[in-house]
Amino acid sequence: MLQFLQNLGKTTRSSFAKLGRASFFLSHTLTGISDVLPRPNLLIKQVYSVGVLSFLIITISGLFVGMVLGLQGFNILSDFGAEESLGVMVAASLVRELGPVVSALLFAGRAGSALTAEIGLMKATEQLSGMEMMAVDPIKRIISPRFLAGFLSMPLLAALFSAIGIMGGHLVGVGMLGVDDGAFWAQMQASIDFQEDIINGVIKSVVFGFVVSWIALFEGYDAIPTSEGVSRATTRTVVNSAFSVLALDFILTALMFGDI
Amino acid sequence: MQHSKTQDTLVGFFVASGIAALFYMALQVSNLGSYTSDDSYTVYAHFQNSGGLKVKSPVNVAGVRIGRVSAIRLDRDSHESIVEMRIESQYNNLPSDSGVSIYTAGLLGEQYISLDPGSSDEFLKDKSTIDITSSAIVLEEMIGKFMLNKAEGK
Repeated sequence: MLQFLQNLGKTTRSSFAKLGRASFFLSHTLTGISDVLPRPNLLIKQVYSVGVLSFLIITISGLFVGMVLGLQGFNILSDFGAEESLGVMVAASLVRELGPVVSALLFAGRAGSALTAEIGLMKATEQLSGMEMMAVDPIKRIISPRFLAGFLSMPLLAALFSAIGIMGGHLVGVGMLGVDDGAFWAQMQASIDFQEDIINGVIKSVVFGFVVSWIALFEGYDAIPTSEGVSRATTRTVVNSAFSVLALDFILTALMFGDI
Repeated sequence: MQHSKTQDTLVGFFVASGIAALFYMALQVSNLGSYTSDDSYTVYAHFQNSGGLKVKSPVNVAGVRIGRVSAIRLDRDSHESIVEMRIESQYNNLPSDSGVSIYTAGLLGEQYISLDPGSSDEFLKDKSTIDITSSAIVLEEMIGKFMLNKAEGK
């Protein structure tokens, strides 16, 4: 029993300590961003590895998610003779929820895990300490550009996901299942509001990009510098990102769409 | 990691396509592209009951949308609903004795205003009021009346 209490206290203390380290890390990273802006080459390189390399998985997944929504939506809506509402259903579910959330989950798996492994290995091979020895702040030089790149790429990836998903829904709904083309777009345009739906979706993806980049970089930076430690940190990145994205999505949806 | 020209191009392509996707959604998917500008005039109508009519519901003539509902409020004295409509100014030749009714698109669809043009030589102007109105048909009310009639008939 005493052992249990001891362990409980230890776990609580260490998790608070980790949260504290993560917060310091974040503020350090954010102040480092001002040093990144005069050197856009650092940023471009990271946007390439974080954003461009995620481009393919995001677009292909978006296409298939949109096509599945088109098929499933058609099956259900045709029972009520409301196939024309297919456009609204596909667009609303992609722009409001699936676009930001699924692309954030894919982003965590594709880019987040790579970031954690990269930073963790840099730590394990003492590259970060080497930089410190040369009086180069590793957070400003290594972490901040990656953070900014993740933060900027996420909304673009989510927008791509939604746009391609809608095209996929159109392909299946209008091209294969014979929904009227005009009604598909007209009903969509009548129901999707620019501010309420699209801007809120972008806000969601900005928040997710911030959180996923933060978690990925911090887990790498905080990893135990062994091969096992890095592998655990990578796992934690994906698990914690998925958990945070889904929990935050609920909170953001309640704030944006639920009249609480 | 070597930084190359191709990388620059690919990053540029990525950012451009992301922004293009946002524009695509703004113009093609949302209502931003079909917003009526200030090029419109306001017409009022008093209804006994405006039912499920909402702001932004369409105003149609012969099935063609000519404007949207811009505000719905309650008249404090007569307890009637005042519906404010913005009609596109290219349709400035609607007779002043036109009537408006609230209809439902389909059985469970959205409610909209249908304007039936009259025969007067004078046209509706900005801030004018349409006098001939017929209220929304509330389905529950109709079912209630029908049930009552049925019960009395027995």
